[in-house]
Formats: sequence, structure tokens, C-alpha cells
Amino acid sequence: MSIVSSDSKPSRADPTQITLDQVRHVAKLARLALSETELETMREQLSRILGHVASLGALDVASVPPTSHAVPMQAPLRADVVRDSLPRGELLAAAPSTEAGAFAVPKVLDGES
Amino acid sequence: MATVYEPVIGLEVHGQILTKTKMFCGCSASYGAPPNTHVCPVCLGLPGSLPVPNGAAVELAIRAGLALGCTVRETSVFSRKNYFYPDLSKGYQISQFDLPINERGSLEIELDDGTRKTVGITRIHLEEDAAKNLHGAGSGTDTLVDYNRAGVALIEIVGEPDLRSAAEAEAYLRRLREVLMFLGVNDGNLEEGSFRCDANVSIRPVGQEKFGTRTELKNINSFRFVRKAIEHELSRQEAVLSAGGRITMETRTYSSSEDKTISMRSKEEAHDYRFFPDPDLPPLVVSAARIAEIRAALPELPEPKRARWQRELGLTASDAQVLSAHPVLARFFEEVAALVAGSSPTAEQRATAGKRSANFIQGEVLRYVTLHGLDASLPVAADALVELLALVDGGTISGKMAKDVFVEMVESGRRAQKIVDKRGLAQVSDSGVIEAAAREVLAQNASQVERYKAGKINVLGFFVGQVMKATSGAANPALVNDVLKRLLEA
Amino acid sequence: MSHEHISTAGASAADVIGLGVVELAGKVQSGELSALETARAFLDRIAHLDGDVGAFLHVDGEGALAQAASVDRLSPSERRALPLAGVPIALKDNLCTRGLPTTCASKILAGYVPPYDAHVVELLRAAGATLLGKTNMDEFAMGSSNENSAFWPVKNPWDRTRAPGGSSGGSAAATAAAFAAAALGSDTGGSVRQPGAFCGVAAIKPTYGRVSRYGLIAFASSLDQIGPFARTTRDAARLLGVIAGHDARDATSVVRAVPDYEAECGKPLTGMRIGVVREALGEGVEPAVQQALLAALDVYRALGCTLVDVELPHAQHAVATYYLIAPAECSSNLARFDGMRFGLRVNGADLAETYGRTRAEGFGPEVKRRIMLGTYALSAGYYDAFYVKAQKARTLIARDYDTAFERCDAVLTPTSPTVAFALGEKTSDPLAMYLADIFTLPPSLAGLPASSVPCGFSPDGLPIGFQLVTRAFDEQGLVRLADGYERASGFAGRRPADPPKVKG
Repeated sequence: MSIVSSDSKPSRADPTQITLDQVRHVAKLARLALSETELETMREQLSRILGHVASLGALDVASVPPTSHAVPMQAPLRADVVRDSLPRGELLAAAPSTEAGAFAVPKVLDGES
Repeated sequence: MATVYEPVIGLEVHGQILTKTKMFCGCSASYGAPPNTHVCPVCLGLPGSLPVPNGAAVELAIRAGLALGCTVRETSVFSRKNYFYPDLSKGYQISQFDLPINERGSLEIELDDGTRKTVGITRIHLEEDAAKNLHGAGSGTDTLVDYNRAGVALIEIVGEPDLRSAAEAEAYLRRLREVLMFLGVNDGNLEEGSFRCDANVSIRPVGQEKFGTRTELKNINSFRFVRKAIEHELSRQEAVLSAGGRITMETRTYSSSEDKTISMRSKEEAHDYRFFPDPDLPPLVVSAARIAEIRAALPELPEPKRARWQRELGLTASDAQVLSAHPVLARFFEEVAALVAGSSPTAEQRATAGKRSANFIQGEVLRYVTLHGLDASLPVAADALVELLALVDGGTISGKMAKDVFVEMVESGRRAQKIVDKRGLAQVSDSGVIEAAAREVLAQNASQVERYKAGKINVLGFFVGQVMKATSGAANPALVNDVLKRLLEA
Repeated sequence: MSHEHISTAGASAADVIGLGVVELAGKVQSGELSALETARAFLDRIAHLDGDVGAFLHVDGEGALAQAASVDRLSPSERRALPLAGVPIALKDNLCTRGLPTTCASKILAGYVPPYDAHVVELLRAAGATLLGKTNMDEFAMGSSNENSAFWPVKNPWDRTRAPGGSSGGSAAATAAAFAAAALGSDTGGSVRQPGAFCGVAAIKPTYGRVSRYGLIAFASSLDQIGPFARTTRDAARLLGVIAGHDARDATSVVRAVPDYEAECGKPLTGMRIGVVREALGEGVEPAVQQALLAALDVYRALGCTLVDVELPHAQHAVATYYLIAPAECSSNLARFDGMRFGLRVNGADLAETYGRTRAEGFGPEVKRRIMLGTYALSAGYYDAFYVKAQKARTLIARDYDTAFERCDAVLTPTSPTVAFALGEKTSDPLAMYLADIFTLPPSLAGLPASSVPCGFSPDGLPIGFQLVTRAFDEQGLVRLADGYERASGFAGRRPADPPKVKG
């Protein structure tokens, strides 16, 4: 279930025309802190690209199944056998910040575990 | 006239699947290890890592689906649920969205007044668990994250909004939990967080078809809280609507200390999860034949089991409830009962033996288990317990003595017969020996005999005590009683 | 600018750096060449000449010498069991190498050292290869010119004012300039083939699922494949044979025996049918490229092949299709770069700000653009209109090939409509850059094996390549046709003049 917040209602008339508000909203979804200038440049560039992408609208694909894997395949199933984990030190080595054997991250406010 | 509202409740349960390894990697899924010692590039979401599904988790998810009456999809798809949170190592959770493995099941529950109700189950799907924040840790500004839990296999069971009271919700949860435990799918541990429940709660005027705005209650980690939290939320919503307000769609948590629900975050800012099929995982295909195999191997569920015990083994409904509280206990009882039944030719004897086993297990065994905790197995083997009970049956030791012997069996690991022999505990049941001792006691206590014959029948207890003393406590007290009575009446 | 072409034919034994993979391995196996001396020769060459090319992000001199020395210590019979004995190979910097930095040419991974090797890296080590280091690329494999590297651009060794192509520009350039005997790159929409064409080297993108992606830092999961660069097809085939095969750690890796690709070399081509897409030789394609392709067709005719006209009517939608699917997948794949567990962290006032600033500062403009495009395409309300529609268009593109392969064994087009463009020429218009992928995108979307084969030079001396596409898992057909052409045409194996030595 997904709700798009009200300040960026999709432009149903033409989804390939992206507004600045929509760009702002997408940047928030993607956790990219773009400056106002970057947002505007992004809006221009995305509009151009989406303009090209619009050509797909002409395709009649009503009865065509989507391809998610180009080569037919099925998920292999792994046996439930424990494999040794890598030593904790190695895995924590690349972390920006650690404490007491755990990854230290900016305070998570919700208090949910 | 004041509007009468009815509750509409749907429960979402997340249960960790009892597999040795995580859902998509070979890390151990066991609980309680030091932080970040059960992690690897896959569950840590390191660049370049890829998920590979756990076959045992898939099988157990199908088992759950079949036991709960679902249709199992032969081809289901893993989807990515995208959002940012430190407990989500890839920035998305691998779950199932539009093509889940199980759909459209149901669970029959029994309410407090004995009536039964069928609750719909929308779907049961596979997904992976998130990491845990270490509570109270972190030097001030940081949260500390432990990824041991990240990637553990989960089933999510989404119930239809068919529940109409907090009591029904609790009944549903209890029944669901025991089904999953008896299937070997989940260990039912609310405190450790391997069985988690969220409740979607709303109210609507009676007679209205449209649902009201709902709130989501999270972090319900005990049965007591389920009922209280839901009841409080229902009251709160009614108060808001009655005062002319509106319900905000949001996430709330129950605070037991304050005995109320508190808003966590507004669901209006809901995530746009951008679900799409996970390109790293081709479709999950399970053949009809395999599903049939799993169905054929389904273990007996708790309700039918309890009914059978009452029918065949003479248990009361209450006995049956106690002994089926945990699948390990139930299995133990059945093993004991089977062994005892083996040596009881008639149905009546079997029922008696079953009842006796049930009593002893409910008594001594459960007492021990409550004190020391229930592990994967009971403190004594079924056949060892049967041997002990047989000694009581045969009069070798008294029921009272059996309790002591049991404790020693648990602590030493030795068998009952060996303990009785070593400590010379065998009751004296030889009527000759008892009679001799009884005659002696009566002879030496002539005045008490007079008092007994004069009507003070509770002097018998004194005589019994004396005979027990004379036999160093080894005499079979029931027999002593009988012999003394006979001699006194003579 | 010198356009002297140095042919490796008849190279003296001392000209180690000019030797191809197969020849080099043979000489190390027999003991004629020392793996250690070979490694030194390549490392020296890199040290002196890569300054003006920029192919390498990280050279692992110590590791390479140690690997080479250990190969030399083996007995000849042990070495003969190593198909890549002592062969110096360069690895694109999106392949995880344990203990060596792996950056994807991005600031967000600057200094990141993985705790594990990619599957293909394990295979190369086991085959006795000498791993020289990590090559430059477009950031997170997004780009067609290697100008999107966060560190520095790569220059085309044939003309250092020009792009080497991308995203595997570093690996292609290193191979062309003989900084390595061969290299591995990754190909999502053409990132092995196109730089192969621009740099005049053989380049293969295997069938999707042929090579394990475990340890390849993902861009678009349903399209990514790892592929070899070498100066001849035979050398590339040797490398492909080593890296192909099932890996239980990659659920999209197929279980299928790996044939002997090298054995296809030298087989006759008579009777093989080449499908020609006439549209692909017309408007929009540079005249020099058109001419080189027509000449290549003549060569195939002379070798006994039948030429058949085929159509790929939905290929015109490939750019739109690809530039919805790939960004969608990458927007999700790159969510893990959040500053929490590894890589760059830019501290903000709170969690949200830390995410936002880390990713805004850590990712370059092209990466951000694709993340935005992908996020938009998947977002509520647009999923069906964009993503699902693109996945359906993908089916139509794949079906075009099914139809074509009823009448031919391989489809031939240019790899790129142009030769290498000037650095800076296309950087201001992302869409123009995307449109140049028109020939390489369709086989990627269809998951088919495809290779780029050097087939000539422009009047300015810039390499031209044609692309062959065969049926799924018919890499043998690719090798046979490419190798056959190479033997007849003499374009393979050429090297540009050396860049000037780096001062100091």
C-alpha cells in the first residue's frame, strides 16, 4: 500500500512531464539532498529523457507478458546448512563508525526494534 | 442518540521460521549470539552480494499455508520493498508482493463463551527480517545496530479484518501461535521477538459497510498487551469520533506503564515502497507433487490432537489444554501414553494409565519445567518416566516417594529402578512383614487400641505412623492402613 | 599524433607485453617465460605510460608479483593445469577483490576494501592469472565514455583527445595499450562491447546467466554480465572459458556445461548465415563505420557465409526500454550506499540529513540522474506506465531476435554508430549519450551473447568494430564467426603507438 503525499500529485495528463515538486519528492524518496539548482537541472534533464521514453506509449503491449529475466530460469533452493560467517572484525572494518561490536549510526528516533 | 460503534480488527503476524540458516544466506539464524557474529556479505548488504533462497524456509512456509487452508501458488515471486532505515542493510527488504506463495486461508477460533468463529487469512508470504537496534547502548548520539537478525526467514500472516473484539483478537493470536508451534514453523516466543504481532484497528457505526480509518498498533509483545492495547485503542477512537474528531491513519504503540496507546509516526507520510520483482531472484517454482508431499506430511494440529486425547486417553479438556501448551510437552505426553498403553490391554486400563500419566506430567514434570525452563526436550525420557510410574502402579514405591525419585532421576540421569534399589526405597509390600510389624505396634500400644475401639478412629493415624517408623518408612502406607484396620476390627 | 600500428605478428620472445593470452600462458606453462618477469614487464609499462591514459585506479604491484612468483615455483605439470598461468589481467573496479580497493570509480566507495573476492576473481586466481590491479570506469558502470569517473577520465590510447568508450573504458584501454594481456569488464547495455569497438580490441558479453555476478557490484541486475577484453577473439575465448559456469551463490547463474570456446577458433564458416539489419547501416551511422561494416560483410561472403536480411522492428524502442529498466533496478541496487555500514558517510544533523548528504556528495551527476529516473519509474502511480511497460517492450525486442534466428545464426550490426568521440563532446547532453547505445542495447535486453570485433579504422585512425549477436548460450558461434573474420582480415591484435612516458 503506497501513498504519495499530496504536494506532488502525479500529472495524470502526461506522466512524462515532470514538475519541480515531483522532482523534489523523488529526491526525497531517493534520499538525495539536491540543491535548488540541481533540482532544476534534474527536472530539465529528466523531462528530456522522459520525452524520449514516451515513445513506449505507442506500443501495443496489452497481450504481451513482461520479461523480468531474459533467460528462462527458476530460483534455486539452498540447503539449510550453516556456513561460517566472516570474522566480525573484517566485516566491521569498512564501517564509518562502530562501537561495542555494533555499527554506530545516527540516532534512530522511532524507538522501534 | 449516541452512535454505536463496532470494532474492526485485522492482525498481521510476523513469525521467524525455524530454520538453521537465514532466508537468503548461510548465516546461522540462532538467537542470542554476540552482535554481528552471524553476518556475511549477503545479509550485511555489502556491494556485490546476492541472495539465494533457503529451501527449508520455503517448505515450512508451504506447511503453514496448507495447515491454514491456503491455496499454495506453484509460481510465486520475490519482490523488493524499498525504503531507507539503518536496520535494512540493502535499503530494501526482499519480500513477496503481488504473487505471494500462500493465499486465501482461514483459522477457526474458539471464543471465551465457547462459540466458534472462522477468521479469514488473506495471505502468508515469505520475507526477510531486519536488524536489531541494541537498546540503551550507544554513547549518546548514536544508535547501535546488530545485524545478526537481519535476513532471518520470516512468514508474514495477514489476517482479514474479521475480528470484532479485543478478546477475539487474543483468541486468534493464541490459536495461530499454537498452530505454528505444532507445525514446527515457529517457536511462539513473543518475548524474544520471534513471534510478532501488529494490529490494524478501526471502528465503524454498526450497520455501516465501509471501514473506518484504521491505525496500526505495533510492538505488541505479550498476550496481555494484545487485549489491553486493542481495548484502549478502541476506546480512544470512539472518544475521538464521539467528540466530532477524525481518526488519523497512523502507527501507534502501546505503553504498558502508561496504559495507553501513543502515536509513533504519521502513516500519512507513508513510504512509497516501489515494489517490483527482485531481479536477483528468478521465480520460485514448487511443483504440485511437492506441495502434495508436504501436505501429506503435515503433523497433527493442536485442536484435533486435544480432541483425540479426550476421546481415547480419558483426559479432561483442561488436562488436554495444559499438556498441549507446547509441542515438546505434547509429544512427551504422547510417548509416555503410548508406552503405558502398550502394557494396558483394555481401553479402560489405557484410559486410567493415560490419566495417571497426565496427572504426573502436569504435576511433577511441569513443576520442574517451570522452574528450569523447557529446552528442546524434557528432563527425562518418556520410557524412563513410564518405568517410574510402573513402580508406583506395582506398589514398589508410594506416589509420594515417586516425586523424590523423579527429582533424583532428573539430576543424576539414572533410571528409577536403579535409584530405588540403591537407596533401598522399595516399599515393603510384603503383607507378612507388615502384619508382623502391625501386630507388634498394637501389642505395645494397648491403651491406644482401647481408645480406637472406643470410637476415636483417628488414632489409626498414630498406628500407621508407628508402623512406618518401625519399618523405617518403607512400608506401603495403603497396605499398612488395610492391615491395621483388619487387625483392629478383628 | 602518430597512428603507427604495431602488429604483434612475428613478435620476438622478448616482446612479452605484445603477447596474447594463449601464447603467453603457453610460454609460462612451458617455463620459457617467467611469470615474475612477465609481471614486472607489465607493471613497469603501466608505471611509465598509464599516466597519460588513466586506465588504472589501483595497481597492486606487490600482489601481482607474489602471485606470479608462486606460479613460477610450480612444476611444469602443475603449471600446465593453469589455463592462465602467469597471464597479467586487469579487473574493472566494480569487481570485488579482497584486500584491494574496489571503488566503482565513485567517491561513495573511495577507499572501500571488500572482505571477499568476486566469483570470477576466485576463478582467475585459481587459473594462475596475475591480477595487476583495478581499472577505471564510468561511475557504477553508468556511462558510455568513462567521463563519469569520479577520479579522472580515461583517454583512448589511439587518440588521447578521445574517449575510450564506457563504462569499461579503463579495461578496454589497458588491453589496447598492452598494459595487460587481457581484462575483465562488465556489460549492462554495451559497456564491454562499445569500449571494445572504440579501442580496437575483441570484447564479449556472454549470455545472461553464463557468468556469475557474485561479487560484481550491481548496476542493473537483470542485465549485468561480466565479459573479457583481449586483443584477439581467441584470447578472449580462453578468458571466457575460465570465468563461465554455474555459481551457487548467484541465483541467476545457470546450470549448464561450459563448452570449449577456444576450440571454435579456426573452424570453417561455410554455410553459416549472417543476418544483416539494413537499417543499422543507414542514416545515423558514420560513413567510415558504414564502409567498414560493408567490407566486413564482403569478408564473410568470401568465407562462405550466406548473408540474409533481417529486421529488428522493435529495436527502435531499445533506448526507451533500457533507460527505464536499468535505472529502476539501479535505483534499488544503490540504496545500500547510505553511509551506515561502509563507504563514505557525510554527517548531518540527523539520520535523514546524513542519508541525503552522503548520497548527494558521494554520487556523481550521472548516477544521481539514473537513480532519480529509476525511482520515478517505480514510484506510485507510474509503475505500470513505465516499468511494466518497459518489461513488455523487452519481450517484444527479444521476440524480434527469435524471429531473426529462424533465418540466421548471427545478427550483425555496427557496435556503435560512430567512432570514439572527443572527450567532452557529449557530456552536456545525457540523452544524446544514451541514444548512441542503440545497437548494443537490444541484445542486452534480450539477454543474448554479443561481441564486438575490430574491423577497421576511420580516416583519423580510430578503431571501428562490428557487433555479432547469436542465440542464447551460443558463445561458440560468436567465437567461431569473430575468429574466422579476424584470421581473414588482419585487424585484430593491432596496438596503438605508446603514449608518452610519464615524467619523473
